[in-house]
Amino acid sequence: MFATLSDKLDLVFKKLRGQAVMTEDNVKDALREVRLALLEADVNFKVVKDFIERVRGRAVGTEVLQSLAPGQQVIKIVHDELVQLMGGAEDNSLDLAAKPPVAIMMVGLQGAGKTTSCGKLARFLKSQRKKTLLVPADVYRPAAIEQLKVLGRQLDVEVFDSTADQKPLDICRNATRYATLNGIDVVIYDTAGRHQIDDYLMEELEGIRDELAPREILFVADAMTGQEAVNVASGFNDRLGITGVVLTKLDGDAKGGAALSIKAVTGKPVKFVGLGEKLDALDVFHADRLVSRILGM
Amino acid sequence: LGKKQIDTDTLEELEEILITADIGVKTTVDLVRTLEQRLKRAELQDGAALKQALKEEILVRLEANSAPLVVTDKKPFVILVIGVNGVGKTTTIGKLASRYAGEGKRVLLAAADTFRAAAAEQLETWAGRVGAEIVRHKEGADPSAVVFDACKAAAARGCDVLIIDTAGRMHTKVNLMEEMKKIRRVLTREIPDAPHETLLVLDAATGQNALSQAKLFKEAADVSGVVLTKLDGSAKGGIVVAVSHEYALPIRFIGVGEAVEDLREFDPAQFVEALFQ
Ligand SMILES: Nc1nc2c(ncn2[C@@H]2O[C@H](COP(=O)(O)OP(=O)(O)OP(=O)(O)O)[C@@H](O)[C@H]2O)c(=O)[nH]1
Ligand SMILES: Nc1nc2c(ncn2[C@@H]2O[C@H](COP(=O)(O)OP(=O)(O)OP(=O)(O)O)[C@@H](O)[C@H]2O)c(=O)[nH]1
Ligand SMILES: [K+]
Ligand SMILES: [Mg+2]
Ligand SMILES: [Mg+2]
Repeated sequence: MFATLSDKLDLVFKKLRGQAVMTEDNVKDALREVRLALLEADVNFKVVKDFIERVRGRAVGTEVLQSLAPGQQVIKIVHDELVQLMGGAEDNSLDLAAKPPVAIMMVGLQGAGKTTSCGKLARFLKSQRKKTLLVPADVYRPAAIEQLKVLGRQLDVEVFDSTADQKPLDICRNATRYATLNGIDVVIYDTAGRHQIDDYLMEELEGIRDELAPREILFVADAMTGQEAVNVASGFNDRLGITGVVLTKLDGDAKGGAALSIKAVTGKPVKFVGLGEKLDALDVFHADRLVSRILGM
Repeated sequence: LGKKQIDTDTLEELEEILITADIGVKTTVDLVRTLEQRLKRAELQDGAALKQALKEEILVRLEANSAPLVVTDKKPFVILVIGVNGVGKTTTIGKLASRYAGEGKRVLLAAADTFRAAAAEQLETWAGRVGAEIVRHKEGADPSAVVFDACKAAAARGCDVLIIDTAGRMHTKVNLMEEMKKIRRVLTREIPDAPHETLLVLDAATGQNALSQAKLFKEAADVSGVVLTKLDGSAKGGIVVAVSHEYALPIRFIGVGEAVEDLREFDPAQFVEALFQ
């Protein structure tokens, strides 16, 4: 139904009718198509605007003018710039360089995939022979603690014993003490989903962060998120100082443009992607794959 | 839009409002084009008139299919709840159960999500909270078997409303969509005109992908209504304008929080106002 960006750009450049040079006008038409493609992929409006300005500067130049296939050339420039925006080859590995027990805290909106990602990370760490403890600090969602316990059983990874009548901060504090006494390498703290505009619950997270001084605060984001991704991500980042992102549910057909928005406004790297409900459906992040997906390549 | 004179900047501003509310690229282009035509015919004099016209255009699209969910005296009235992962299906069922139980109806919930960890426990907690009954099996059981048992139980106990909770599934996963179709087949076999309502749950924070969700779920499960959840956050949920318009689907309810009372009937006019705030 929808022509790919590449098809559309070819159309734009066909209008050149054999002219070998690309004018400001051609760039303008081409970038209009790029802009629509990015918006359709859920990249934030302002992020797209800034990005297009940046690419315009690069595109109206000799390298494009001399190019034989201007459509492809523009796509390549756009692709490279987007990969750059996503952090390119920067180090996006999990940072565990601290005295054990190393704390990882998972945060994000309701239903983003935090608890499942806790399980996936525990499996990942177990494969690296790290002694891992899962800590359920969501006392709000019905059966959230039980959910993490089931995942722990499936993985044969220990889950700290807590109940829904306790305070999240107390659970975390007790779990840390337990981990220290029991030679745990990494502790993963699962927190309840919340909106970044919920002052009370965000304050609760700040309290937990101050107590744990986590090495990693991973913001878990749903790949299907639309324009609000920027507000949500900057809300969490401003209050907590996130260290990275887990992009979940990439196994559907969402383009995942929200990841670009999140990276653009927080500067924090995507570290992992979720590719399914099962606990082995976790992969490290590859910027070029996401960008190709967004551009429909 | 506060300006007296309408210029290209005004239209750009308009486009920004629409896109950032997740109205979607296609619907935005469509809306802006419609307004441009009205501008040419000199129907709109200033920014305020333009904004008003835009609201009207969106409202028309939403109201074309607008209708509340009417629970008839079918006994049991069967509601099937479906959607992708984590959108708020189980929570919405808890809220719906509370609403109908509050009307004096006998409500039965079927825990047909046998896949996700502790999904049945979650539904069970909701059932206990709102005074509904529940049919559940062990984790990993066949969801259709749960539905079969629930149909039998609903008939035997004379329940008024039966609500089926299903596992979250990506609309693109063929085997999971087949599993859902099987659930429907079992329902229809046991209770001939069931389900009486198939609710697709959408998360207000979702962008363009909601269109693909609506398309594929409607094709596979004959969706009859939409619930838009998590409107209490900063997301506007504008994509339902396109969902409702393109797939002729009424928005039945909105979710505005995690508590039992946080479910409202959808009000198109109010929704459109909120888009512009
Ligand atoms: N398809 C798919 N589903 C996922 C992925 N990650 C998580 N899920 C599903 O998304 C739903 C929500 O996941 P949870 O882990 O419960 O999300 P959460 O953020 O802990 O939710 P709350 O605690 O309620 O805020 C579940 O059905 C998960 O199985 C993924 O990468 N792909
Ligand atoms: N703020 C807010 N949170 C909601 C709303 N509806 C659901 N939630 C939360 O969203 C998260 C996911 O809700 P669930 O009801 O478990 O979603 P689900 O679709 O059943 O998830 P799966 O069965 O895993 O696919 C939970 O933390 C809910 O409390 C809402 O209207 N507002
Ligand atoms: K909102
Ligand atoms: Mg959780
Ligand atoms: Mg559920």
